[in-house]
Amino acid sequence: MILTIIEQDKGKIVDPSLETLTLARKFAAENGIQTSAAIAGHQVRGLSDSLKNYGLAKVYLIENERFAKSAPDAIAKSLSQLIEKTSPTAVTAAGTERGNELMARITARLMQPMAANCVEVKVDGDGFRVTRQRWGGSLLEDAVLKGRFFTVAPHAAPAEPTPTASMEIEAFNPTLDEKDFRVQIGERIESERKGVSLMDAKVVIGGGRGVGSAEKFAMLEELAGLLHGAVGGSRVATNNGWRPHSDQIGQTGKQIAPDLYIACGISGAIQHIVGCKGSKRILVINSDADAPIFARADYGVIGDLHQIIPALIEEIRRAKGGK
Amino acid sequence: MNTLVCIKRVPDTGARFALTSDGQDIDSRNLEFTISPHEECAVEEAIRIQEKQGGSTAVLTLGPEVASEQIRESLAKGIDRGVLLETDGSEWDPQATSQAIVNAVQSIQKTGTKYDLVLFGNESADSGDYQVGVRVAAALDWPCITGIKSIEFQNNQVVAKREAPGGWELFRLTLPAVVTVKEGINVPRHPSLRGIMTAKKKEIERIKPAKPELKLLKQNLRKPQEKSGEIQILGHGIEAVPAIVAKLKELGVI
Ligand SMILES: Cc1cc2nc3c(=O)[nH]c(=O)nc-3n(C[C@H](O)[C@H](O)[C@H](O)COP(=O)(O)OP(=O)(O)OC[C@H]3O[C@@H](n4cnc5c(N)ncnc54)[C@H](O)[C@@H]3O)c2cc1C
Ligand SMILES: Nc1ncnc2c1ncn2[C@@H]1O[C@H](COP(=O)(O)O)[C@@H](O)[C@H]1O
Repeated sequence: MILTIIEQDKGKIVDPSLETLTLARKFAAENGIQTSAAIAGHQVRGLSDSLKNYGLAKVYLIENERFAKSAPDAIAKSLSQLIEKTSPTAVTAAGTERGNELMARITARLMQPMAANCVEVKVDGDGFRVTRQRWGGSLLEDAVLKGRFFTVAPHAAPAEPTPTASMEIEAFNPTLDEKDFRVQIGERIESERKGVSLMDAKVVIGGGRGVGSAEKFAMLEELAGLLHGAVGGSRVATNNGWRPHSDQIGQTGKQIAPDLYIACGISGAIQHIVGCKGSKRILVINSDADAPIFARADYGVIGDLHQIIPALIEEIRRAKGGK
Repeated sequence: MNTLVCIKRVPDTGARFALTSDGQDIDSRNLEFTISPHEECAVEEAIRIQEKQGGSTAVLTLGPEVASEQIRESLAKGIDRGVLLETDGSEWDPQATSQAIVNAVQSIQKTGTKYDLVLFGNESADSGDYQVGVRVAAALDWPCITGIKSIEFQNNQVVAKREAPGGWELFRLTLPAVVTVKEGINVPRHPSLRGIMTAKKKEIERIKPAKPELKLLKQNLRKPQEKSGEIQILGHGIEAVPAIVAKLKELGVI
């Protein structure tokens, strides 16, 4: 059996978990084993419906009202107990921030190794042969894992549902004590920012050193407003305080995947590219025709963004008004 | 308040990666070295905590002798003490690394410095294992929280914040604790000239840990396939604007 640990946010299973289930199903087929999943949370039975079409033989539910406020130690301990009881051949989870954290907590408890952000996993002797992402996804590593725990890099391969005959649901009751709840979320604060978020936007306008100041970002905001998009930036833009860090795109910022990314005054350092390479299309505006980012772009405009963007805003206004 | 920060030396790559001919490593002959931005922020946070709360600061790294450069850089910014867990420069896996860090922390604690807080980056820049901090906390049996972008102190508690979709999550932990931080928690300072001079003279403590059997073994590195479409140049300067608008219409954005 291969066990996939499912991640949810606000009552919805996250896409990378469905991608992980797809990889797990292929792994199971190659090795002639069954697939199962585990969901830990408060009132999560309803979520198992969304798992129906992923070829799962069994879903384990670990329900606890104290999991409503994320309690990472307690959840890791519960899953460790489930793993000890069921001895799966392999255990996997999505390589998201939370998925990697949870797997790290589980493997630290069980004193087992873990390979993060894998894109391929094969059985090899007592362990696995894995290919995993490094440097935020700019390089791949082939490695030997003398163990059975791994996470799957998000958005490396799409989720593929499959017709499934029947899926058994079983409750699992872990043994927890008070100490397991010593790390728990006290509050969740909703942010006040309006408009589309960087992660959900279909169009993202990115600004870098070439934008020059916090004030000049206003024109990127205006352009984003016209295109129903969101504004992000390079590390230079956030480090200079032109944008909050939560707007940073790249290896140590956010990994975005919009339909269109418009990169303005950004050179295209590899650590920035890993944050935007999931975009369907990339349009670059840069005054230096040799900037490395052009090699990653679908469309390029060579010139000064301080002239081009205001003119572009005007032209879009006209085009919209003329409709 | 005594704070220890764990940092890792990594090459500061430019726009492209070049690999060595055996595919084992990044060809770093023409590269500078650095630490991850997350760890730079961890160093800065330790210094700010000391400025507010008093106490001491230290940095620790497991790596080759040359990694003392990254320790000196931290000392130049104001960290008090530097510890190098010296290796032959070959890669260690997260379990081996965290075990060596735990042993070092425990042996330092025996000599009298009790740490209240051990800071890590959320993930290392090169290897991105997302686990060394979590493993150290588990071995020490300390509470641990990851991905933190704000730390405050209230009595003997840490109030830590991390970004969540559409907002923030707030955690309270009692000390001693392990916290892994992310870039954005602060803007790191540059070292002062005086700091650089003092750091040059400071002694770095060295420990040579034995390398255990690895459980995650790198075989080789390679570049992922890149999407290789032709770029379409829409034009130069403001002359390109009508072509941009046409393209935006074609893409259904307008
Ligand atoms: C471990 C690590 C992690 C990192 N993580 C990130 C990350 O998450 N995100 C990130 O962005 N960076 C990250 N970086 C930093 C990265 O290496 C680059 O330093 C950074 O992306 C450069 O930002 P930039 O392109 O805005 O600036 P620059 O590289 O200085 O480029 C500015 C560009 O603007 C152009 N330009 C200037 N003026 C104009 C104008 N008037 N009109 C049009 N174009 C103009 C120039 O031609 C140039 O190409 C990381 C670095 C390391 C070592
Ligand atoms: N060799 C090392 N020496 C000291 N600290 C390290 C080392 N490797 C990783 N770390 C710390 O652990 C964090 C997480 O690393 P990783 O688990 O590799 O993603 C890093 O951001 C560092 O703070």
